[in-house]
Amino acid sequence: MKAHKYGDHVDTDVIIPARYLASQDEKELALHCMEDIDKNFHAKIKDGDIIVAGLNFGCGSSREHAPVAIKASGISCVIAKSFARIFYRNAINIGLAILECPEAAEDISDGDEVKINFDTGLITNETKNKTYKAEPFPEFIKKMIDDGGLMASLKKK
Amino acid sequence: MSMTMTQKILAKHAGLDEVHAGQLIQAKLDLTLGNDITAPVAINEFEAAGFDKIFDNRKVVLVMDHFTPNKDIKSATQCKQCRTFAKRFNLKNFFDVGTMGIEHALLPEQGLVAPGEAIIGADSHTCTYGAVNAFSTGVGSTDLGAAMAVGYTWFKVPAAIKVNVTGKKKDFVSGKDVILYLIGKIGVDGALYKSLEFCGEGLKELTMADRLTIANMAIEAGGKNGIFPVDDITREYLKGRVTREWTAYDPDPDAEYESTVELNLDEIDCTVSWPHLPENAKPATEGKNIKIDQIVIGSCTNGRIEDLKAAAEILKGRHLADGVRGIIIPATQSVYREAIKLGYVEIFLDAGCIVSTPTCGPCLGGHMGVLAKGERCVSTTNRNFVGRMGHTESEVYLASPAVAAASGIAGCITHPKEVL
Repeated sequence: MKAHKYGDHVDTDVIIPARYLASQDEKELALHCMEDIDKNFHAKIKDGDIIVAGLNFGCGSSREHAPVAIKASGISCVIAKSFARIFYRNAINIGLAILECPEAAEDISDGDEVKINFDTGLITNETKNKTYKAEPFPEFIKKMIDDGGLMASLKKK
Repeated sequence: MSMTMTQKILAKHAGLDEVHAGQLIQAKLDLTLGNDITAPVAINEFEAAGFDKIFDNRKVVLVMDHFTPNKDIKSATQCKQCRTFAKRFNLKNFFDVGTMGIEHALLPEQGLVAPGEAIIGADSHTCTYGAVNAFSTGVGSTDLGAAMAVGYTWFKVPAAIKVNVTGKKKDFVSGKDVILYLIGKIGVDGALYKSLEFCGEGLKELTMADRLTIANMAIEAGGKNGIFPVDDITREYLKGRVTREWTAYDPDPDAEYESTVELNLDEIDCTVSWPHLPENAKPATEGKNIKIDQIVIGSCTNGRIEDLKAAAEILKGRHLADGVRGIIIPATQSVYREAIKLGYVEIFLDAGCIVSTPTCGPCLGGHMGVLAKGERCVSTTNRNFVGRMGHTESEVYLASPAVAAASGIAGCITHPKEVL
């Protein structure tokens, strides 16, 4: 999985600009994902690629369209130094994997090949031949994701 | 016990005697809120999950404010979906064109939020209601969809930062200057995951409009919520608005705060946040070289009658500089009506401004004032991210209504004292 690297405070306005929020169609949202900071994002992402970013990823608006657009782009995981809390919650609720790991976020370069074990939180950088340890999800979050997200989890109750 | 205001409200709604930072709880909600952008996604989730009941038709609130009056067919379709849902479940608080206002100005004004209540909204600025001592925070649409059905949600109890307010406000300084200054001090992730709890003898200097603006922008410091204690100013505001019983929550004397930020009002002058982050706060006096194309006065942050008054006092008998467009957006119908009655609308029109019906509009680059490449706007809104108000090479400078008005007259970023 190839890493695509961005800086600190990537906000939800650049992840998916408000001018596209009159649509709820995830494929259409994916077409415009990240375009305000990276015009080639849609063209260059291959299924399974990951985003690596700095502090406070997903800050700003609560729009759930942001993690939806990232997921629909084919991104399999976002690794960041830290996440804004509403984005963090939204990502889990819609089933986009995210990992907080300052060490990996600092060290991984744009274009590095990366593998992630979600059970252990182990991130392997195959390009640099290094590993980093992220905190795996706690049990209740794992269960929510196993159930298929928040809604499916509530339905089960 | 040693709980913060936020922790006390959460404990009460979780049915627990005590909670501590980091604890995961399930809490009952007094209100859930969605708008014309986030509610359609929530309704889809609600329906896909097979729910056929909402938890309370008085407590599920929908406000059509972002792209209204509808700017295109897609946004009209989203409002129609909300309208159909509101009818299906007989929502008592559905606000459509004609009754709507910008949600976070509207709900406090209508007495829908009260001290001690717990509220979530699928909009990041839901944190506004901390101004009246409520716990309120933004969530996404899936959280909203679930909460509309069951009336509760899960929270991680936040740790808190105490903001100790002292001193006196200088001339022309408002809540907006205070919060921009604070964000400049602690950064856009300075309160990440945490509560910002405002305390101190300086609170008596802050009007309810100031507090609403300050709590509104707690999210711009990454905060989960911002909250004020109840005092005479709060009680006066709630009079005639909130008729149900409510409980005020003060922090315990030994409440645990992770840190304390000293905020001396004596040190704060009119403040502007440069592009492209709200933390880029500088004194307004440093903006003389920044020529502007537009001013926007409005939004959930600064569209209340006090905001329009501050702008009107500066624009009265003066005119916008050549080449500057002035867009004034009263946040609610009653603010609009009041602005007409008090003569502000005439002042704005005489000054060369336009006065719009309530809408979030340009704040998020929706409509009613989108910027072209290279254009600059001094705006009383809450975010100045890349592309927020239009083209990715446009620039938004965040400021108070007084600074925006003064800047409109001068044609560049200007401290109000320089035009009066």
